[in-house]
Amino acid sequence: MNKRYSIFSLARNAYTRHEDWQEAWRSPAPKARYDAVIIGGGGHGLATAYYLAKLHGMTNIAVVERGWLGGGNTGRNTTIVRSNYLWDESAAIYEHAMKLWEGLSRELNYNVMFSQRGVLNLAHSPSDMREVQRRVYANRLNGIDSEILNAQQVKEFCPQIDLRGGGRYPVVGASLQRRGGTARHDAVAWGYARAADALGVDIIQECPVHGIKVVDGKVRGIETARGYIETPKVGIVVAGHSSVLAEMAGFRLPVQSMPLQALVSEPVKPTLDCVVMSGAVHAYVSQSDKGELVIGAGVDHYIGYGQRGSQQVPEETISAICELFPIFRRMRMMRQWGGIVDTCPDASPIIGKTPVEGIYINCGWGTGGFKATPGSGWVFAHTVACDEPHPLNAPFSLDRYRTGYLIDEHGAAAVAH
Amino acid sequence: MPQSFRLPEGGLIDRARSLRFTFDGRSFDGHPGDTLASALLANGVHLVARSFKYHRPRGIFSAGAEEPNALVQLGEDPRTDPNQRATQVELFDGLSAKAQHCWPSLEVDFNQVTSLASRLIPSGFYYKTFMWPSWKYFEGPIRRAAGLGKAPRLPDPDRYDKCFAHCDVLVVGGGPAGLAAALAAGRTGARVILVEQDNRLGGSLLSAPETQIEGAPSADWVREAEAELATLPEVKVLKRTTCFAYYDHNLLGLLEKVTDHYAPYDRPAELPRQRMWRVRAGHVILATGAIERPLVFRDNDRPGIMLASAASSYLNRWAVKPGSRAVVFTNNEGGYRAALDLKSRGVDLAAVIDLQLAAEGPLSRRARDEGIPIKTGYAVTGTSGHLRLKKVFVAPLDGAGKRVFGGGEPIEADLLVSSGGWNPTVHLFCQSKGTLEWDDSLACFRPDASMQRNQAVVGAANGTFGLSSVLVEAHAAALAAADAAGFSTGGEASTAPTSVEERDFLPMREIYLVPSIKPLGQGGKHFVDQQHDVTAADLLLAMREGYRSIEHVKRYTTTGMATDQGKTSNVAAIGIVAEHLGKTVPEVGVTTFRPPYTAVTFGAFAGRDVDDFLDPERTTPMHAWHRAHGAAFEDVGQWKRAWYYPQAGEDMAAAVNREVKAARDSVGILDASTLGKIEIRGPDAGVFLDRIYTNVFSTLKVGRARYGLMLKEDGMVFDDGVTTRLAEDRYLMTTTTGGAANVMSWLEEWLQTEWPDLKVYLTSVTEQWATMTISGPNARALLAELTELDLSTDSFPHMSMAEGEVAGVKARIFRISFTGELSYEINVPSRYGLAVWQALIRVGQKYAITPYGTEAMHVLRAEKGFIIVGQETDGSVTPLDLGMNWIVSKKKDFLGRRSLSRPDMLKADRKQLVGLLTEDGREVLPEGAQLVESNHDIRPPIPMVGHVTSSYWSPNCGQSIALALVKGGRDRMGERLYAALPDRTISCTVTEPLFFDKTGERLHG
Amino acid sequence: MLLIPCPHCGPRAEIEFSYGGEAHIARPEEPDELTDQEWSDYVFMRRNPKGVVLERWVHAHGCRRWFNAARDTVTYEILAIYPMGQNPPELPEPRYL
Repeated sequence: MNKRYSIFSLARNAYTRHEDWQEAWRSPAPKARYDAVIIGGGGHGLATAYYLAKLHGMTNIAVVERGWLGGGNTGRNTTIVRSNYLWDESAAIYEHAMKLWEGLSRELNYNVMFSQRGVLNLAHSPSDMREVQRRVYANRLNGIDSEILNAQQVKEFCPQIDLRGGGRYPVVGASLQRRGGTARHDAVAWGYARAADALGVDIIQECPVHGIKVVDGKVRGIETARGYIETPKVGIVVAGHSSVLAEMAGFRLPVQSMPLQALVSEPVKPTLDCVVMSGAVHAYVSQSDKGELVIGAGVDHYIGYGQRGSQQVPEETISAICELFPIFRRMRMMRQWGGIVDTCPDASPIIGKTPVEGIYINCGWGTGGFKATPGSGWVFAHTVACDEPHPLNAPFSLDRYRTGYLIDEHGAAAVAH
Repeated sequence: MPQSFRLPEGGLIDRARSLRFTFDGRSFDGHPGDTLASALLANGVHLVARSFKYHRPRGIFSAGAEEPNALVQLGEDPRTDPNQRATQVELFDGLSAKAQHCWPSLEVDFNQVTSLASRLIPSGFYYKTFMWPSWKYFEGPIRRAAGLGKAPRLPDPDRYDKCFAHCDVLVVGGGPAGLAAALAAGRTGARVILVEQDNRLGGSLLSAPETQIEGAPSADWVREAEAELATLPEVKVLKRTTCFAYYDHNLLGLLEKVTDHYAPYDRPAELPRQRMWRVRAGHVILATGAIERPLVFRDNDRPGIMLASAASSYLNRWAVKPGSRAVVFTNNEGGYRAALDLKSRGVDLAAVIDLQLAAEGPLSRRARDEGIPIKTGYAVTGTSGHLRLKKVFVAPLDGAGKRVFGGGEPIEADLLVSSGGWNPTVHLFCQSKGTLEWDDSLACFRPDASMQRNQAVVGAANGTFGLSSVLVEAHAAALAAADAAGFSTGGEASTAPTSVEERDFLPMREIYLVPSIKPLGQGGKHFVDQQHDVTAADLLLAMREGYRSIEHVKRYTTTGMATDQGKTSNVAAIGIVAEHLGKTVPEVGVTTFRPPYTAVTFGAFAGRDVDDFLDPERTTPMHAWHRAHGAAFEDVGQWKRAWYYPQAGEDMAAAVNREVKAARDSVGILDASTLGKIEIRGPDAGVFLDRIYTNVFSTLKVGRARYGLMLKEDGMVFDDGVTTRLAEDRYLMTTTTGGAANVMSWLEEWLQTEWPDLKVYLTSVTEQWATMTISGPNARALLAELTELDLSTDSFPHMSMAEGEVAGVKARIFRISFTGELSYEINVPSRYGLAVWQALIRVGQKYAITPYGTEAMHVLRAEKGFIIVGQETDGSVTPLDLGMNWIVSKKKDFLGRRSLSRPDMLKADRKQLVGLLTEDGREVLPEGAQLVESNHDIRPPIPMVGHVTSSYWSPNCGQSIALALVKGGRDRMGERLYAALPDRTISCTVTEPLFFDKTGERLHG
Repeated sequence: MLLIPCPHCGPRAEIEFSYGGEAHIARPEEPDELTDQEWSDYVFMRRNPKGVVLERWVHAHGCRRWFNAARDTVTYEILAIYPMGQNPPELPEPRYL
């Protein structure tokens, strides 16, 4: 194990002018053969590797990443964590993730700054409110903390909101998950990478995959920019590029890669102490520890691998935020960007086996990926190690589109993010 | 107070007028033409801010958009603006600014203790600690320590506008390149927009008065160019306007500051504060100039240290001496221009410290001739002075540029300017996904390949630095753009303006990290990103810890992530990383450039799309009547629908009960105009509807109506409504209020893309008709008083339509019912809606006619078990789940049919629509309540078997009623279930989803 | 924001259009003949290329006509516009940087 991080190690290293810190992870050359290879060095892939090593004893494994760790959606999202999903299947996997989040910093010995500042989902009409009630009642029976707030309670919890919603979108109530909040996105990737590395996992950056070798319906290895790697098991966790990798392996996915945009304001002193989401106006906002307002939008509705922002999305999103928070109209946008999200027809992920023996897929998280990171890695590690999905991810099979067992979070979640 | 650092003459300021302003409570004077920064410097104020992390005293570092340090809070709530760059704030009378991020004061900031503890808090320290016992105990203080200025606490009273513009050529940047380009393109007659962030055109020429163009002072050329542009009718010049973003397909975002520079008492009320332009340009010419790179040396952040070019700007443009005794530190010829400027404007020039081993350019020769002391092969090894620079330490450098010799010789100075070469301002080019190449001779990144079409980068932004070359390049690019846009010069030879080729800064000695007498990180700090207090030692630490990708270095140390987005720091950071990793600068590469170039006000993005204008509001022809009669409204999509009509002393429940009773006891009237209406016409209309709906419409007789369900291809219910055959080739479809637009699009999609062979035409007529439903046992009697039509069941049966006059207005009357009562839905042209409604109300008085709203409608339909799409369905419900097999044809194909036979659709435990009656009939189940099988107190997760979709007090049944979707519900009739609520459990019984008039006889009156 | 050349109205801003997904997916004539897998492929499975995609758009806030487009999903360049029911034209090579 690397030297543990703590206030004492900081003090000790301050004495030696920080010359002696170890690398957070090694940069090994790829071996010729691994027991399993995870393609994708984002939060989900690194978490998968960590749990494979930690819980399933698979340490002769590698994570291959085409660029830098956490460079995809892990490093581009608005960092919201919550588990108050409607359907039992979703609630179970997101709540499992939530429980892991709650101990993650200490588990990884890396402060991922998981901040349980509470997530409000606003309701703007009686029918919104009906959906809020349905979800909250279901959440509570599923053991998830969730509360119904009336308008006055919303104002007490988040005094900055204008309940009039500018007149057009009055706030009539909300659901509140107090255990929800935010985490520091980069730290999640780095924390998992460091912890996985300490268990012997090889993390190989700048190593794009060019091909997947499949013989008789069974995976044999992968072709990478740094040579051929033989392996009997491949886990594909490459949000945004899942279809591209699936095509290499010779199967198809019901996934569309869509742009998802976000933006931050300039930093200011604390002005918003919770996460506020509104499905009706398609916007969500929180304030980072650095002081920036972090604002997310809905998904653009066409395929796009561009990873850049557009003009109309911030315009619509910021208009909506200004409606709920007229005090933010003088704030200024400092940076906008775009990621690529894999979206499934039912807005739920696919985590499980594929038509190719030895290849496992974890994709289609849409806008929900970051909050699921620990849970996703945990169940996917189980799936890869045992060649069988865990009960938590069994419902999220690729086969559900054939049978019709869809987990449709579109209409169900007040906001799909 | 005297402006003691104002030069007696020169500068582009209006000395005739004085402007009074305050900074941190102290009053000062400046002149029109000043920025806040130049006015402060004129008054000898350098200390204006504290840094983000260590709270180090900071001064004014630049003269433009790249400013990392001089951020201030402007104005008072509600018109207060945090993080404003003093270098870009135009001075106005009465301006009030405050230092931010310090306590108790700028001069004495207790938070500077973080500086003492700086060894404990290197980059990324927060990832390594604060985990025990929990982050939550540390986060609060850290949040309060972070942030910079303060957000307003009151709603913004100002107004913003936004507009679209189109042009043939958009020129970004009003410096020499941009002016030359705008002139060349504008003269061809092309539509040109020229954008300049400054309040003056001229760019770099404003700070270099002695430059000559066309044989005259450049100021004359600028003035003439501006005058000529004003005469060209197709040319628009936007000053105080920043092009902040370059999006796909040549869409660019501009932010125009319209009234920010006015004194509050002078601000024209009719103008917006700011205006956002969205420009779609045929061709884009980026003439965005270049930003000077500072040198990174030890303690390079004190007030009194600034960019060399900034010193020249303050001297020449604003006639301000930025110090009394100066040291110039440079690695190229450019530093000598500042040296000459300083000397000629009366600043005592202590020395030029040049990293180069020899300085042999024209400027350095001139400097030597003028007797300026020059130390080549020397480096600045450190500085001293707390709130203002006092001393600069210099020492000779070894040949490799890695070490200095000796202890450092002190030079007294209150001004230190540095020049490390120039970075082309490639932000917009990179936002548009153009790629960069590293130019070894210029030691900078310059544009390589464009991804957007019809784009050119000219002048310094393109790495072209000699003025003559700049003018030629800009001129040629503009002519090419105009030509491609169809505007030729018409044979008239147009030539570029001529100037003297002056290439300031070649060659240079590339040293990104200037060595000091002590090892890096000891006894001082080499700041790379000044705003975020990221030091060179931090960068090295990140790399030591394995964060080696430039993106990792950036994210771990936060270099380049401050409000200036690294305009002066990014290339230095890349250079230091490259050197440490033994790579070249281009191998390390740049991080992604993201919009905006400089920060953009949220209010400008929103424009006038705020308050009532965020989203359109749709109202029916009878809306005014509803308002006049005290209706409460419900938002349904964009529609405002009357929800209920409370009378004096009534709450919602009382009003709804009264309305519900009235509709069953006598007659009620509902405004149903918002329901979607689509006319479907053509010989194949029947065939088309058969494919769209689950049931058959082609056999429907003319004049008859039928209820239909439509599914998506996944088999899930998507919309419902009644469709009537108006004629052999003509149907009128009604849809749900919220679904109307989607249904219209759905029908068009199938017709145009899959079945273009069908002769069918669609017209949305929702807003052409006002619809009012009269419902109740007296509906027929009431209608009979206003129409001649025969209303007997024989000639006008249930589910049929008749045309005739109602209250003298031609009407379509549908005898259909969503309440289970005898009902007529009267449709009249919209403009007569209110008149017919009022006639019905007037005549209806004798039947005690009662207007009822959507809530009563919901209760009435629930009593009959009629579903509402979107309430009983959620995109996961099939017709079979709703018990509506009777409406699913077995004889024909229709959209979604095949999905209904997938294995999961046939499972017995699917959720099915049922009714629920509470054990205690007075208790109304909350909608959304989840149902469980046991009321024993057990621990979660508790299996849920269904949920309540609709629930009401039914005055007609005298008890509460509910609809629910329950797993295997149809086999559970009579079974006991429990609604599990947070505070209690309600026991209820599963029933048929039908509560009132089970035989359906009331339909006939 | 894309600039989309509507074949009927000329170039218009993206906000006037709605996206219709992959082009050239014909609805099966005899759904009953299909296996569940084949039917679900028709309903849910779509190409998702990083590169050129053939897709459908409708000028929803204009002429309301559907048309096909060939678009590069990386550069967002629109390489061709062609009517419903027609095969795609010869396409220029996509430009990658």
